[in-house]
Amino acid sequence: MKTLYAILVLCGAVALLPAFVSSGVVLNLVIMTLYATLLGQAWNILAGFGGQYSFGHAAFFGTGAYASAALQVHFGVNAWLCLPFAIVCGAAVGALVGALSFRYGLRGSYFALVTLAFAEVFRILANSVKFTGGGVGLLVPLKSSALDFQFQGKAGFLYVILALTLAGFLLSWWLKHSRYGAWLTAVRDNEDSAAALGVDAFRVKLQAIVISAGLMAAGGAFYVQYFQYIDPHLAYGPAVSVEALLGPIVGGLGTVFGPLLGAAALKLLGELTRNLMGDAPGVSLMIYGAVLIAMVTFLPRGIGGLFQRLAAKAP
Amino acid sequence: MLELSILFPSILNGLTTGAVYALIALGLTLIYGVLHIINFAHGALLMIALYGVFFLNAKLGLDPYAALPVMVPGMFALGYALQRFVIGRASHGKDENILLATLGLTLVLENFALYAWRSDTRTIETPYTFSTVDVAGAMISTPKVVAFFGALAATAILLAFIARSDLGRAIRAVARERQGAKLVGIDVEHVFAMSFGIGLACLGAAACFLLPAYYVNPQVGNGFVLIAFTIVVLGGMGSFAGALLGGFIIGVVESVGGLWLGESLGQIGIFVIFIAILLFRPQGIFGART
Repeated sequence: MKTLYAILVLCGAVALLPAFVSSGVVLNLVIMTLYATLLGQAWNILAGFGGQYSFGHAAFFGTGAYASAALQVHFGVNAWLCLPFAIVCGAAVGALVGALSFRYGLRGSYFALVTLAFAEVFRILANSVKFTGGGVGLLVPLKSSALDFQFQGKAGFLYVILALTLAGFLLSWWLKHSRYGAWLTAVRDNEDSAAALGVDAFRVKLQAIVISAGLMAAGGAFYVQYFQYIDPHLAYGPAVSVEALLGPIVGGLGTVFGPLLGAAALKLLGELTRNLMGDAPGVSLMIYGAVLIAMVTFLPRGIGGLFQRLAAKAP
Repeated sequence: MLELSILFPSILNGLTTGAVYALIALGLTLIYGVLHIINFAHGALLMIALYGVFFLNAKLGLDPYAALPVMVPGMFALGYALQRFVIGRASHGKDENILLATLGLTLVLENFALYAWRSDTRTIETPYTFSTVDVAGAMISTPKVVAFFGALAATAILLAFIARSDLGRAIRAVARERQGAKLVGIDVEHVFAMSFGIGLACLGAAACFLLPAYYVNPQVGNGFVLIAFTIVVLGGMGSFAGALLGGFIIGVVESVGGLWLGESLGQIGIFVIFIAILLFRPQGIFGART
């Protein structure tokens, strides 16, 4: 229960933030950190808890983003109604990818590559089809009212992304404490033994990818509302997939707070390098890559793991 | 429908591209066969090799083909060092870690290129860039013909080396039975690094053959990385003959697919093959199911 209280206190504190801080820069930083946390939470459910490393989570993100944007642009549907629709679409793509790859027993590197290939197929399709606006992308019509999921200030967006992140936290907490979560981690640690004990590994993994993809699609729908624009590269490009996996790896795989720790650390690092080296293209991703190699080499259990180790050493 | 007069040159073009693809895939399949790792950074390293050829030409006026004796040993040394000091240390015995480490390497290389050389697409001019050769009525550009025979020659040298030399024997021994190779006194870590180096040397050669008819920019490796993986899984992970055949198949599919569906949708054919092979026949054409 301690974890649950910590989650609620943390989210409560962030919810009070707009009352004290009016700086758009600070609020934007908090929003982007929570947004990165959400993507990380989505990836962490499948990879951290389920052991299935996806390199193509952009497939779910982009589907959520396009589902929401296309519905608004082509059919004039209210953006709030688009959000659940986007989640369902993303989850459906997750079910498709998962059903195909898990049915044929793809594991490890093969699963990573096949998810990447799916994301690329979606990117090329979005680039060539009229419905998604082709290479030009889709511009969401400007409405500037809370009823249309477009807020005047940053505070509104902060509450929305906070609610989504809270959902991600609760899902992670549930995985730590439920029977289903135990099945999922059993499949991660040893699929054959789990199956021998009667766990339906295929079903468990499929459910995990559906949850993960739905959460990722929510991130995509939020992205569209916040930036009001989406194109094939932003939606399905490798940058989103990398952002989703980097946070949990830096923060600690398969933990409740890992994605948040990682996202915050990376945002901090990003701001730091921007101050030191300016806004030169490529610098931040170059450093992210170096961080990824360093984390895998020296801290495979992430910052969270380091804290735990230090806490265990302290008398 | 498609006229034979369009289809035939398109197939020939596909075969020339396919030979270079095969050379790139050979490097990847060698690394996979020996180390059992998927080198996700293969495309980014090809990009680095292409920039190497480009700058040798731009700064020193070196002809791309004359750059072969520089690029092949250069890429070999880079590969040896990378495996020894970066990738080998990150693995901790888990496949996923290597995949993540090589993904990190890809990010570093691609964005370093973006930072240092900007996103401009660069090409080189050689006296033979626009010349063509008449092959049974189809006009094929000279650099592509050179690339075809050059890639085949490089492949032949590599296969002879693996089959005949002592190091080649050691590499095959490690690929087949790591523990056993260690027991008979083979320095496995050294063989790993040598294999990685040879895999990248293939990229050095491929870059020299590619650039006269191709271009380079920081993202150029992205296109190649999935193509190389497709070829490798199509031919069977670790199979040299499979990589060679797979290279030709993919080269032709891409060329003819582009003719039918247009440049951007034509690529989809490759990814669909990739997904289908991974799903239905992950052992590939020549690979044996383990």
